[in-house]
Amino acid sequence: MFVKTWGGWGNFVPRRSAMHEMGIAMEILTIASASIPEPLKGAKVRSIRLKVGKLTAVIPESLRFCFDIVSKDTPLSGAHLHIEEIPVVARCKACQNQWTLSGPSFSCPFCESGKLEILSGRELDIDAIEIEEDDDGKPVKGKA
Amino acid sequence: MEIKVVQKVLSVNERMAEENRRLFSEKGVCVINVMSSPGSGKTAILEKTLARMAGKVPSAVIVGDVCTTHDADRLARTGVPVLQINTDAFGGDCHLAAHVVEKAAGELDLSRIQLLFVENVGNLVCPAEFDIGEDRRVVVMSVTEGEDKPLKYPVMFRTCHVTLINKTDLLPHLDYDLAKAKENVLQVHPDMPIFTVSAQTGEGMTGWVDWLKACVEEKVSGGR
Ligand SMILES: Nc1nc2c(ncn2[C@@H]2O[C@H](COP(=O)(O)OP(=O)(O)OP(=O)(O)O)[C@@H](O)[C@H]2O)c(=O)[nH]1
Ligand SMILES: [Mg+2]
Ligand SMILES: [Zn+2]
Repeated sequence: MFVKTWGGWGNFVPRRSAMHEMGIAMEILTIASASIPEPLKGAKVRSIRLKVGKLTAVIPESLRFCFDIVSKDTPLSGAHLHIEEIPVVARCKACQNQWTLSGPSFSCPFCESGKLEILSGRELDIDAIEIEEDDDGKPVKGKA
Repeated sequence: MEIKVVQKVLSVNERMAEENRRLFSEKGVCVINVMSSPGSGKTAILEKTLARMAGKVPSAVIVGDVCTTHDADRLARTGVPVLQINTDAFGGDCHLAAHVVEKAAGELDLSRIQLLFVENVGNLVCPAEFDIGEDRRVVVMSVTEGEDKPLKYPVMFRTCHVTLINKTDLLPHLDYDLAKAKENVLQVHPDMPIFTVSAQTGEGMTGWVDWLKACVEEKVSGGR
């Protein structure tokens, strides 16, 4: 269904369907819905802030596409996914050097050791949700 | 108004996977998650592997398939318990999630087995993200695929413990660069053990089977 490039990793492009993001979008919907405090249930959600590591197999565009589908007819319908992409940072266990990976080469550029620790890049986290407010600062009701 | 959440999106799966892991440890079952692109030979390798384990290591298989039972039928002929999961019933998913494996495992008599294979859905992307509570993760690639598979799917190759390069019987007919393929595996996962096998002829299976037996022994003796 979807053929998209994998953010910034050049030619290393997994080709596949949008299925994967569908499951993840459903998890996001579940967690975000459950995070709305009782008095605010049914309020309109303006945005959801996410952290997505470049080492996860998640393509932001596909995720937004899927989220729009699964959130239809829920209070989260129309919520914008604000995605912060997290670079892949590694540290060499041999020489302690730290660097940002720009492609799938997992050995140390300084000493060529393959013993690395991945410090970031595998995140797939929900950070926060933002409730829509009217001019008086009151939460706006959602559609469903 | 902002509401802090700070939660892993896959936390539900991760919790469930940990529960599976606890259960499998309690029962002393070594669980092997087998992943590859469609058609790399997961089922064929398992057929050959199960034949070699027969009478030595009591085994079972859980196999995920989007809608057929072909693989389950083939595996059942080896005489071990086989559970087929039609992922269609779970929304046509492209991977096995921990809760699905938990359901399937509930159908097996875990106290009678020491080795449980899970043949994941043929796909190198999604299964990489979903922990199912396994002890070891295995990725299979075959010589009919590109040598650059590891570079295209680094997450899969990094999160696995061993790579099998299958269909080596076809090497004489192809201009596949085996050395390059291994080099690419080691580029994304230095020190990863690699076994070259042919599920057709059985060539190279001994090294792989010995590796598996060592995993089972470690698990049964409560090492992990
Ligand atoms: N020549 C040769 N063919 C093989 C070998 N292993 C598997 N095959 C063939 O490759 C095809 C796919 O093998 P399967 O074992 O079904 O592959 P799979 O990974 O289980 O496939 P899916 O479950 O559909 O993802 C079959 O036609 C097998 O007979 C091998 O070592 N050599
Ligand atoms: Mg199969
Ligand atoms: Zn180094």
